[in-house]
Amino acid sequence: MNATNKPINQKAWWLVLPVLICVAFSAIVPLMTVVNYSVQDIISPERRVFVGTEWFASVMRDDELHQALWRQLGFSLSVLLVEIPLGIGLALSMPAKGWKSSAVLVVVALSLLIPWNVVGTIWQIYGRADIGLLGHALQVMGVDYNYTGSATDAWLTVLVMDVWHWTPLVALLCYAGLRSIPDAYYQAARIDGASKFAVFRYIQLPKMRGVLMIAVLLRFMDSFMIYTEPFVLTGGGPGNATTFLSQYLTQKAVGQFDLGPAAAFSLIYFLIILLFCFVLYNWMQRVGTQEVEVEK
Amino acid sequence: MLPLGGKARSAKGVNMTEKRFHKRSIFLVLYILFALLPIYWMINMSFKTNEEILSSFSFFPQHLTWANYARIFTDESWYSGYINSLIYVAINTVISLTVALPAAYAFSRYSFLGDKHVFFWLLTNRMTPPAVFLLPFFQLYSTVGLMDTHLGVALAHLLFNVPLAVWILEGFMSGIPREIDETAYIDGYSFPRFFATIFLPLIKAGVGVAAFFCFMFSWVELLLARTLTSVNAKPIVATMTRTVSASGMDWATLAAAGVLTIVPGAIVIWFVRHYIAKGFAMGRV
Repeated sequence: MNATNKPINQKAWWLVLPVLICVAFSAIVPLMTVVNYSVQDIISPERRVFVGTEWFASVMRDDELHQALWRQLGFSLSVLLVEIPLGIGLALSMPAKGWKSSAVLVVVALSLLIPWNVVGTIWQIYGRADIGLLGHALQVMGVDYNYTGSATDAWLTVLVMDVWHWTPLVALLCYAGLRSIPDAYYQAARIDGASKFAVFRYIQLPKMRGVLMIAVLLRFMDSFMIYTEPFVLTGGGPGNATTFLSQYLTQKAVGQFDLGPAAAFSLIYFLIILLFCFVLYNWMQRVGTQEVEVEK
Repeated sequence: MLPLGGKARSAKGVNMTEKRFHKRSIFLVLYILFALLPIYWMINMSFKTNEEILSSFSFFPQHLTWANYARIFTDESWYSGYINSLIYVAINTVISLTVALPAAYAFSRYSFLGDKHVFFWLLTNRMTPPAVFLLPFFQLYSTVGLMDTHLGVALAHLLFNVPLAVWILEGFMSGIPREIDETAYIDGYSFPRFFATIFLPLIKAGVGVAAFFCFMFSWVELLLARTLTSVNAKPIVATMTRTVSASGMDWATLAAAGVLTIVPGAIVIWFVRHYIAKGFAMGRV
């Protein structure tokens, strides 16, 4: 959202009201409940003891949590580094019109539509050397690949699975953004004799800024909360090599069935994501505005 | 007059353009291969029996069987899952887009008290892993009597779909110069008429993408949908988690069900393809 010369009109709140009602209904009450749990020790549904910030302190001190957090940060960073450029490249390669554009659009979108536990299951079989195409092919090529035994292989498999699953999200957003660039810009570039890279750098990339911001934030959030796909594929293993933050939270919440610490953990989890997204959002806004100023 | 199209001459000569055309095509083909192979493997599995899947490796099923698909089409607990999912996803997409469009317009065109904060707050609703929130959600929806209803799941999914729709639409709306709004008002258009006949066609790509993503995220969402339903509105994603039993995992049925879950989404994107792919012809207004 840019702050350039927008007329001030408080009546615009009426346009936003339906959205607020829809979202707040499902957001406020559950959030309040979780905050409530996070400051209590719920020994049984009848016996609750107020413990203040005790859960928060113990969660922050938890060593396993720190490890899971580092693993998670590494994973999200890798995901962003691979999926964003790949998605942009894919969007640039997808045909703009004709029957081919429709066919490619459908093919690219397919991986997004598969329920996440099925994605994990497919890759589970796909990666096996005995009955899976990928595992078998790697074995035939002489590569020693075993995603259940080797931590590196497990990491790579989860990463490739995520790239396979979610790059189309980035690609579709960028593709729609690219289609919104009027032809006049490209014609002007042709007249000026601009190189392909210059067209990308000065026309396409700035125009994709809005959709790229959404893509980066979405991919960061979703990868930071990822649970089902790695859980089904590796179960967090070998050992806890692929136990990311969300799985650790679920283990704590479900395994020990202690709502107090789990609620505190959830809130901290939320605040971490919020912090990163806030930083990313402001940084990307500032980068975009600087470019506009440079052009002027 | 300069020729248009992919084969146009640039200042650096024809070779530049042809090389670009070639490289991108190769990249696209490679990616499509990468994308389709696991899906092909799933289709392959869906035509085999469990024994064949687990015992041998083959590109085509050695004993092709339709039994998996037959089971899904005849067993009511399976096909009703698809119908239930389709119902609440459709309700959710319609509501999401309907409320998101005016709000996105407000964020894009006007400045008002707290606008940046509310805009960012919307997105924060997607920043919590749902695990611990399931119980409060369960309690809330039980209290208002929306348990096990399609409307209940559709409303619950608004939590993450509406912010996404608002953000996407706002981005596309901000790309339309405000002069178009002003020209329309000078020409005497009322706001609804302007919005429907001029503005919406210009942000077609955004609407198409937002609609598809709302559909997709609601379609694949498992935790909330499973928690808030029991019998009447049980979605297909929940039914598919039932495939684990004492005799081991039912890979074949799961694969067939997985193939079938792609179909509605593929149809949706087929329908919105023109929205997404069509350019925006500036200067027509």
